[in-house]
Amino acid sequence: MSTIESNGSASARRASATLQPVPGSAIGRFLGDGWITTRRNLMKIVRVPDILVFTLLQPIMFVLLFSYVFGAAIDIPGSDYTSFLMAGIFAQTVVFGSTYSGSAMAQDLKDGIIDRFRTLPMNGAAVLVGRTNGDLVINGLSMLVMMGTGFVVGWRATSSVGGFLAGVALLLLFAYAFSWLMAFLGMSVRSPEIINNASFLVLFPLTFVSNAFVPSENLPTPLRVFAEWNPVSALVQSARELFGNVPAGAPVGEAWTAQNPILTVLIGIALLLAVFVPLSIAKFRALGRK
Amino acid sequence: MVFIEASELVKTYTPKGAPVVRALDGLSLQVPQGTVTALLGPNGAGKTTTVKVLTTLIRPDSGSAAIDGVDVLADPEAVRRMIGASGQYAAVDENLTGFENLEMVGRLYHLGARRARERARELIELFDLVEAQNRVVKGFSGGMRRRIDLAGALVINPPVLFLDEPTTGLDPRSRLALWDVIENLVSGGTTVLLTTQYLEEADRLADSISVIDGGRVIAEGTADELKASVGGQRVALTLVEADETEVVRGILQRYGSGEAVPSNEGKTWVVPVDDGPAALSLIVGAVTGAGLQLHDAGMRRPTLDDVFLQLTGHAAEEHETEQEAA
Ligand SMILES: Nc1ncnc2c1ncn2[C@@H]1O[C@H](COP(=O)(O)OP(=O)(O)OP(=O)(O)O)[C@@H](O)[C@H]1O
Ligand SMILES: [Mg+2]
Repeated sequence: MSTIESNGSASARRASATLQPVPGSAIGRFLGDGWITTRRNLMKIVRVPDILVFTLLQPIMFVLLFSYVFGAAIDIPGSDYTSFLMAGIFAQTVVFGSTYSGSAMAQDLKDGIIDRFRTLPMNGAAVLVGRTNGDLVINGLSMLVMMGTGFVVGWRATSSVGGFLAGVALLLLFAYAFSWLMAFLGMSVRSPEIINNASFLVLFPLTFVSNAFVPSENLPTPLRVFAEWNPVSALVQSARELFGNVPAGAPVGEAWTAQNPILTVLIGIALLLAVFVPLSIAKFRALGRK
Repeated sequence: MVFIEASELVKTYTPKGAPVVRALDGLSLQVPQGTVTALLGPNGAGKTTTVKVLTTLIRPDSGSAAIDGVDVLADPEAVRRMIGASGQYAAVDENLTGFENLEMVGRLYHLGARRARERARELIELFDLVEAQNRVVKGFSGGMRRRIDLAGALVINPPVLFLDEPTTGLDPRSRLALWDVIENLVSGGTTVLLTTQYLEEADRLADSISVIDGGRVIAEGTADELKASVGGQRVALTLVEADETEVVRGILQRYGSGEAVPSNEGKTWVVPVDDGPAALSLIVGAVTGAGLQLHDAGMRRPTLDDVFLQLTGHAAEEHETEQEAA
């Protein structure tokens, strides 16, 4: 141990031996802490191959399976099935991708690494920023892979470059906002298994009883009404519009959300962020009260 | 100067369908600057809870705590700038390497990228992890993981150090090395609060020992003071077989000056005595007279084990084995 000097009074020696932080503003520190925790979460993608496989292979599999298997059976008036399908796959994949924010948060709590963070003079909110940023990157990678695969099987965005970029941004932004809700649930439930199983039980029906894989106008009435109001349908419909993949002459549902999908999604994003960013931060700060 | 101060801490837990647990029940503690205080106590005594309150991890129901005059409850941020902490279970990122873990901690203490790396390198060397430093922690042994966690507590050379069972799971060499590290830090003015199951460790490191049971401090003082407080000499017996223990208890109770305490599954017995030599010969005579075979018998001065046994009513080593089993 060589870092301790041996002259002066005890407290004077301590004062010189303790390493001092580099000067910085609160906002600079916050951004720095957010970057460090984001980097930590990204390292995990590199180090744990399962995540990489899940992130990259599963979307490829979905695109191929759905477009070839369902594409052979489902007839979409005014469109080929692959063009219709892709927005649905995008939405389903990024929404499921966001659930990782919840299970990872619960896992980190379980592993005690959150306790390490909480004894450090870092901004607690940065842990959540790191979590949701990291999962945004994972979702971004998934999007790239899906778009590549979609391109290979014949999917084309027929709108403008601006429309295409807006579609990608809307999907990712929605997933990002949804990550904050999942992070909150992860801290509340504290069990990665429960988070995984529960989100599957909720999200699987939600993505299937929507317009993601079949046109909702063909569904029996109760399901059709559900599908029209389903926020996933709004997300899918928005992506379809922005990518220029809406089948020609497809009927528009009666629900307000079906008629204003992009606005619905934007409101959804704003609501999710307005509610769950502060709620998650408060939850994180209150972890010690339990 | 008192550096760590806790007063009247109360923390209760209400597990579902179970009675309320008073993890801390009015615990008070004072640690002077530049000294080591060891918290000693059986499983569930409240040691970890105390450390968690002082390191800002949990809020007590009532009571107060301060570190160098800074209120732990009112200003946890300021407290975090001056403490280093290593909890009972290693809090490390499994998917980072040993080096990356320490570098991350340095960055989150805001040391800056270069200094954080330098410091990580120093600590890797100090904790003898040079060969393993670039391996992912997931593949580390328990003791190596533990050492990374301990190194994490030392990143800023903090003025105050909290170590919850720091040497549990370390091999003898690592344990001695950690003792050296702690002693060095303390000679440099660091204040340390540690918990331990090893009485030898408390004896060696601690300037002051607080014995905790049931969420409160039931005795405190230097190791010598505590040993003196339980008084006099001891006669210790080891039997070849443990069958007729009640006979032994009766004999020891008759010639001893206090309660006879069995351990080692009833094979080893210790009893406080007033006049050591006389009591020893009487006890040995009576025990052999009762037809019991002795492995070993002798007098000794009280150890911290005796203190622990007498004050908490259970043997320290039984707790250790319980813990290993758990
Ligand atoms: N999160 C919790 N929920 C319920 N009870 C708890 C919780 N944490 C601690 N306790 C209880 O509080 C008491 C004190 O626990 P603590 O962990 O402080 O003991 P300890 O002295 O550190 O024990 P050990 O030697 O086993 O580490 C125990 O009875 C324990 O069961
Ligand atoms: Mg403990």
